[in-house]
Amino acid sequence: MKGWRLPLAMLLVFAAVPLLPLGRDSGYVMLLGARIMVFATAAVSLDLILGAGGLVSFGHAAPLLLGAYAVAALDKAGVDGALPVLALALALAGIYALLTGAVALRTRGVNFIMITLAFAQMVYFATGSIPDYGGTDGYPLGERTRLFGLKVLHDGLPFYLSALVVLVASYLVCRALLATPFGRSLVALRQNEQRARAMGIDPLRVRLGAMVVASLIASLAGVLLANESDFISPAYGAWQRSAELMVMVLLGGAGSLSGAVLGAGVVVLLEEGLGRFTQHWPLIFGPVLVLAALGLRGGLAGMWARRG
Amino acid sequence: MTLLLVQALNGVQLGLTLFLIAAGLTLVFGVMDFINLAHGVQYMVGAYLAVSFYDASGSFLLALVGASLATGALGLLLEALVFRRLMGRGHLDQVLATFGLILTIGELVRLIWGTSPLQLPVPRLLSGAVPLMSGMGYPVYRIMLIVVGLAVAGLMALVIGRTKIGMQLRAGASNAAMVNALGVDIHRMFRLVFGVGAMLAGFAGVLAAPLVSVEAGMSDNLLILAFVVIVVGGVGSVRGAFIAAILVGLVDTLGRSLVTALALALLPPMAAGHVGPALASMLIYLFMAAVLAVRPAGLFGVRA
Repeated sequence: MKGWRLPLAMLLVFAAVPLLPLGRDSGYVMLLGARIMVFATAAVSLDLILGAGGLVSFGHAAPLLLGAYAVAALDKAGVDGALPVLALALALAGIYALLTGAVALRTRGVNFIMITLAFAQMVYFATGSIPDYGGTDGYPLGERTRLFGLKVLHDGLPFYLSALVVLVASYLVCRALLATPFGRSLVALRQNEQRARAMGIDPLRVRLGAMVVASLIASLAGVLLANESDFISPAYGAWQRSAELMVMVLLGGAGSLSGAVLGAGVVVLLEEGLGRFTQHWPLIFGPVLVLAALGLRGGLAGMWARRG
Repeated sequence: MTLLLVQALNGVQLGLTLFLIAAGLTLVFGVMDFINLAHGVQYMVGAYLAVSFYDASGSFLLALVGASLATGALGLLLEALVFRRLMGRGHLDQVLATFGLILTIGELVRLIWGTSPLQLPVPRLLSGAVPLMSGMGYPVYRIMLIVVGLAVAGLMALVIGRTKIGMQLRAGASNAAMVNALGVDIHRMFRLVFGVGAMLAGFAGVLAAPLVSVEAGMSDNLLILAFVVIVVGGVGSVRGAFIAAILVGLVDTLGRSLVTALALALLPPMAAGHVGPALASMLIYLFMAAVLAVRPAGLFGVRA
């Protein structure tokens, strides 16, 4: 059971939300829950490279944006089937990660952080300059994506359950991956690259593989996000969004995967909750982040691990 | 031809603004291995303070001096409250904390000065234009910016290249632990770099204020460009930051028109209309990726 308690507890919470007798508020609560799960999916994938692999990507909103624009591109072409949408989103995100990863992995430390940011900025500006998809104004989605004609991403329970399925699947894939020799190599490379090399691990291949997987999962979150908001805009890929994903991972505790989910929940709830309470919510949220960085070693998941 | 000249001058001027922001940042990066995402807010705070100082005193010079000193003081305050405690911690904690500071200070600025953009007028003495060829003029104020930027760069080159503290800084950027072991108080050095860096960024903000509208978020994109400059120039190298800043400024202005013209010449008009602007806005980042692909440590990386 070790290491399964926190994720299982969170799964129970997510599964229980649609059953709560909230009456009129239930739609809003489910929307919020779905939003948390969408960002949690992206955050978990970032944690795979950032936490486990030690690859601090400051551009993880880029594959998210590519997933969202896959929805826009096919919507413009009159296609709303989930299979073509997913195929395009995954293809774009995979190619993106392969190309940019191969260059970015030549650098280390601060330079890696900055070059991943630079690539994400390219995607941001590129998507904002396509007049067919609304340029910087964004693209209002005509039809939400359907799976075999079923409205799996329409408001309420269908979207909520789809987001839950995607999150659970992404979490399990990342977790299973970390248990394979590939995942062990990734962690080994973070802990001691020289030793890992000496054992015959090819750093570039392992790290590039992890970046591709993370990018693919993030693009799924992008497909969901586009459907949730019925709107696709370059703003999903602004650098602040990449920073926010990083904040989710760090607040939750890098390297634990479930911490990323927790972090996504805290960030979305804080933004939303404080936003209802005051328009000056960053005045509270900002210092919380500073204090968390100063005091919370290992993030929320670290606190959970040290409890009792 | 004249248009090219104007764009080259604009490029140099943008580059010098970037240099003023990047100079302090690259030393903090290089010497202390510290990632400060919140450096850009100094630029914004400088511009806002200048508007307030100007409204109170009516003098641009007073606003420039007052706002620069005040942002320097803010930098020292942040150093004492937050940054000092993040020394030697991982990059990730630093990213988290400084991102929190961006949110906090950005919102404070909105609270104090409101959400609508403010204006700082160009000082009357510098409001004219210098005639260039074929009847086009170039604003005196922008020329003044270029001169001031070059003067500051020259002064920094002198301090870093010729003085004892400059020598310690250069040594610190290539091996901080060794410099510390040799008896240099690296924390005092950090405070100095931090205060001066913040002041320079605030100074840049004041100087840029008459050319842009002063609003929250005015520093967001410049911060990213400053990072590009630092990484292209090589972390820790002020000389690298200077050259990279000018290059980035020129790529952004001259490169833009060049790419748009090239797209028009090589592609059918429809495609050129799409590809040109897209490529133009990506150009700086393409440039950075190309530099890092060839030289992963940047043009003048000082660390072995």
